[in-house]
Amino acid sequence: MLRIDGLSHRYGEHAVLDDMTLEVAEGELVSIVGPSGCGKSTLLRCIAGLISPTSGRVTLDGTPVDGVPDGLAVVFQDYSRSLLPWLTVRDNVALPLRRRGKSKAERRAAADEALASVGLPDAGRKYPWQLSGGMQQRVSIARALAYRPSLLLMDEPFGSVDAQTREDLEDLVLRVHRTGGMTILLVTHDIDESVYVGDRVVVLGRNPGHIRAEIDVTLPPERDQIATRADAEFVRLRAEVGRLVRGAASGPVAA
Amino acid sequence: MSVEHSPRLRAGGRAVPQRRSARGAGRPRLTRTGRAVRGLAGVLVLAAALEILARSGAVAADSLSPTSDIVVRAGELLGDGAFWSASLVPTLKAWGLGLVIAVAVAVPLGLLLGSVPYVNTATRAVVEFLRPIPSVALIPLVSLILGTGLEMKVVLIVYAAVWPVMFNTLYGLGDADPVAKDTLRSFGFGPLAVLWRVTLPAALPFIYTGVRLATSIALILAVGAEILAGFGDGLGIFIGQAMGTLDGTRDVMTGTLLAGCLGLLANSLLAFGERRLFRWHVREERS
Ligand SMILES: Nc1ncnc2c1ncn2[C@@H]1O[C@H](COP(=O)(O)OP(=O)(O)OP(=O)(O)O)[C@@H](O)[C@H]1O
Ligand SMILES: [Mg+2]
Repeated sequence: MLRIDGLSHRYGEHAVLDDMTLEVAEGELVSIVGPSGCGKSTLLRCIAGLISPTSGRVTLDGTPVDGVPDGLAVVFQDYSRSLLPWLTVRDNVALPLRRRGKSKAERRAAADEALASVGLPDAGRKYPWQLSGGMQQRVSIARALAYRPSLLLMDEPFGSVDAQTREDLEDLVLRVHRTGGMTILLVTHDIDESVYVGDRVVVLGRNPGHIRAEIDVTLPPERDQIATRADAEFVRLRAEVGRLVRGAASGPVAA
Repeated sequence: MSVEHSPRLRAGGRAVPQRRSARGAGRPRLTRTGRAVRGLAGVLVLAAALEILARSGAVAADSLSPTSDIVVRAGELLGDGAFWSASLVPTLKAWGLGLVIAVAVAVPLGLLLGSVPYVNTATRAVVEFLRPIPSVALIPLVSLILGTGLEMKVVLIVYAAVWPVMFNTLYGLGDADPVAKDTLRSFGFGPLAVLWRVTLPAALPFIYTGVRLATSIALILAVGAEILAGFGDGLGIFIGQAMGTLDGTRDVMTGTLLAGCLGLLANSLLAFGERRLFRWHVREERS
């Protein structure tokens, strides 16, 4: 579905991404982990067509990405800045559905449903600035889910929520992924999370950002917060990803 | 005619809301009623001082009227239909019409300059030449060409009021958050939709501030043009003609008071509207 071919990007003189090649199958959920500043957000921006890479290309369903592709939703790392302060929470969530040609009533219903699914059934009438950071983050997740994208890019989407809510949101993403059949790229700092939600984990190294390793998550598709995390295979995978990330953070090491 | 808002810093600060901790630091803020009471006290002290000064005879009676006389005269004039039709209505008409035209011209102009860089650079020289001309200095020239009627006043008001609205529009357009714009783009909204749904709403509080500035400037031009033209009708004519009569001090002061009240009234209405319309903007600045 998604192909990234020899993708490099530099901001002026500063090389951020170097010759990345990656393929993501339809309906796959790929976790991306890597040290801060290695170019994860830049990679997502290239895939979203928001910036055009210095060289290399991104292909989606066989057509090169040149501008924003259809059926895309992005959960930005700066979630609070991505919400419009003059719209209520419900209107924020409903706004992208205009692109889907839905009636006003349908948009409202879809927004309310998405807000309930992220645990904010009563926040619809409030304004984003009346919510806590973690609640704003959930609103931006609800907005992406309500849109029912075919490709969902999430940039550290659970960074500001408490541990319990985080687990609920991980399970929510797994659920919509299974039932909606969407392709998801999820950037995270949390190694456990990358293994728990992923079908595959891509580990990035930095200076400049490159793909250091890809690890298939050889766990059954049904995940459970307690049973899966206790699974011996999960523990092994987590240790392996952990070693790779630490190696990536300390600089180039023979792989 | 500079931009009233200073650029606000937003590096980092927004991701971690700190609204509550930011408040309550230092001296407790005055409530709205508290501020109103203080303002009123100031006005009363000034009025009393003027009354005493005029009554004591320290100043010649023909150069200063006591406050009480002015207030009585103001009441008299406001109850007089002829004063309304000859003085208040013509000024209000020029003021309102000039402002509406100025906004209708300045906002699209600001949008154009803000979104098409080429137009911006091409017009910069013209703008930099026109802007420093004090609009009051144009009054004689414009009245030579257009006479002393409504058109003359409206033209001057439009000329003076266009600048603050246009520059605030231009500045406000730059205030839209790039992440918010990228968000809409990523959902497939085109450039016009992004302008309409993100850039323009984000600029509205700034445009509104520009209109507030323009309102005061327009009143200055309306009354000033009337006084300098010395002919026709309007509040400025009332003041100007009183100046020429033997016993006119009281009317000059009353006219000036009424002009001030008009400005105050308009500004209070606009400030009230601002608080209602842009609650989100005030909240954001505080956070
Ligand atoms: N618009 C930009 N202009 C110039 N440099 C940029 C820009 N955006 C990012 N960078 C630089 O590119 C590098 C990668 O940034 P990016 O935001 O992609 O990293 P990241 O992996 O998402 O980091 P984090 O985990 O902290 O979010 C950083 O060194 C950053 O300073
Ligand atoms: Mg990032």
